[in-house]
Amino acid sequence: MLTDLNEHQISTYYKRMLLIRRFEESSGQLYLKGEIRGFLHLYIGQEAVAVGAIGLLRNYDYVVSHYRDHGHALARGMEPKVIMAELCGRLTGSSGGKGGSMHLYDKSKNFMGGYAIVGGQLPIAVGLALAIKYKREKGIVMCFFGDGAVNQGEYHEALNLASIWKLPILFFLENNLYGMGTHVEKTHAGGREIYLTAESYGIAAAQIDGMNVLAVREATKNAISKMESDPAPIFIEAMTYRFRGHSMADPSSYRDNKELVEWQAMDPIESFKTLVINEGLITKEKLTHIEKSINETIEEAVTFALESPYPELDSLYNNVYA
Amino acid sequence: MVVIDLREAIGKGLKEALINNDKVFIMGEDVGEYGGAYSVTKGLLKEFGPERIMDTPISESVIVGAGIGSALAGLRPIVEIMTINFSLLAMDQIVNHAAKLRYMSNGQFTVPILIRTVTGGGAQLGATHSQSFEGWYASVPGLKVIVPSTPYDALGLMRSALKEDNPVIMAEHALLYGVRGEVPNKWYEVPIGKAIVRTEGNDVTIIGHLKTAHIASEVAKILSSKGKTAEVIDIRTLRPIDTETIVGSVKKTNRAVVIDEAWKTGGFAAEIASVIQEQAFDYLDGPVIRIGSADVPSPYAQNLEAAMLPNAKEITSTIEKTFGF
Repeated sequence: MLTDLNEHQISTYYKRMLLIRRFEESSGQLYLKGEIRGFLHLYIGQEAVAVGAIGLLRNYDYVVSHYRDHGHALARGMEPKVIMAELCGRLTGSSGGKGGSMHLYDKSKNFMGGYAIVGGQLPIAVGLALAIKYKREKGIVMCFFGDGAVNQGEYHEALNLASIWKLPILFFLENNLYGMGTHVEKTHAGGREIYLTAESYGIAAAQIDGMNVLAVREATKNAISKMESDPAPIFIEAMTYRFRGHSMADPSSYRDNKELVEWQAMDPIESFKTLVINEGLITKEKLTHIEKSINETIEEAVTFALESPYPELDSLYNNVYA
Repeated sequence: MVVIDLREAIGKGLKEALINNDKVFIMGEDVGEYGGAYSVTKGLLKEFGPERIMDTPISESVIVGAGIGSALAGLRPIVEIMTINFSLLAMDQIVNHAAKLRYMSNGQFTVPILIRTVTGGGAQLGATHSQSFEGWYASVPGLKVIVPSTPYDALGLMRSALKEDNPVIMAEHALLYGVRGEVPNKWYEVPIGKAIVRTEGNDVTIIGHLKTAHIASEVAKILSSKGKTAEVIDIRTLRPIDTETIVGSVKKTNRAVVIDEAWKTGGFAAEIASVIQEQAFDYLDGPVIRIGSADVPSPYAQNLEAAMLPNAKEITSTIEKTFGF
């Protein structure tokens, strides 16, 4: 898996994962300071999924996300400072402060949004894929959702329609084992093997290691090339884990600390770092340099956000209608 | 000028939209082979093919959601939800997503989707198939709700809706598809957000939409036979509501009656009644009369259902009693 990665790609993957980690740590701190309000769902622990999957997309592909959307937005190339400003409810944010953490959008990057009703993004992603097919365009839709979404009717409606109409959509399940505070074994009849439900809709599906950015990349690469030669949806279930609570309001009392420690031992960033250094693919110094530059980027993002003005009150009614 | 029925008017609007704009397609349950549960889309599959007339599974949420997604990607979907009762299964898509994407993205995205659906009771379809929810949708910022009661308005409003970059819900009344009326051969449009005065009068303003607009006209006829003239307003659009026409009329007649087929409690008639008392209080010679359906689930039996729905005779007697006519 490593052989086809050059040093530039390795540093890019490391940079993107670390950017998400530091961004999330920093937004968590701003939340505790009261600069970010509402709900804040951190992506810490799941970085390999967004980075491994989205890194392979072309400009014309679409990305659809859920309420834990900062990681996907950053992996898609949205500017950290613009996201941070949105989290802080500022005029300079991606939605001028009208969206908030769970509703990030960037039309210029075909980042079609964080959707905060569990499962609600799936039908919309199917519609984007329908548009690609209708207009005979190139590209795919990559739609992220969690294990909590798979028991919604919208999930089943979306998989079924995508399958019978053979739409170019990559269903990307991030199974982090908990739908808010309830374990997947308690909520899903098929236990952890949710990908099997996709097979029942005639969709090729696989379960992969979501803590390994290279495994995510490999599976995504294969899926995209298969979808392009044989247009039809594909389903990937990435097994992953969030190291923090469901949101900042969640002390994670429902989880055993032992489980957390076990997953933390598989930290996607640390394990990637160890691997590429041990394999001699990049030097420690270069990674340290990346770490420094990320810290600067995050500091700049925070400063930018906190120094930005709040939205003008007279913008309240803007953009309700076109 | 031709005389056609409301079903044909909508069919005409759909057909010309498909011809004029290749971004337009139709999607819904039984819209293709079957021709639509109310035969509105009959013949379109044959003429435009399955790529543009798409039969879907019975999955209201993904029907609307896929419409939203395709609209985000620049298409102009016309989505049919067989009846407004079933639209509740798509309410997440309509209310949480279609209505909010533009605002939440601060104008980055538009959702030009037309959702056609069938509302109302009176056909003995029982409690789950006879409801009027267009007023619910009208309470949601980000949506527009149009309610044509004549062939002219159906075609004209649909033409406007298809130019909108906003989600529009067009509620069609199950019992009005056969209503006949004149439709010009020349292109015209009916603007969204404009009510129309159907009959001018001086003694009372009667406001309705869809079937209750027709009931309002019946009431006006009865009153006129008794020497009172009623001004009848068909509101045609529930959101945005044309307060100017309503308030202007009430200021002239000094009396108002609002008729809605939805349940009286929390119904849209209450909204209009409030607008009147906010903007024309000093002109009122009596309370605003609010007529809705009885607060019960729609019964199946013919006599019970008739007793539940608003009817011209009872409304007339309420008016006479209240205003001392």
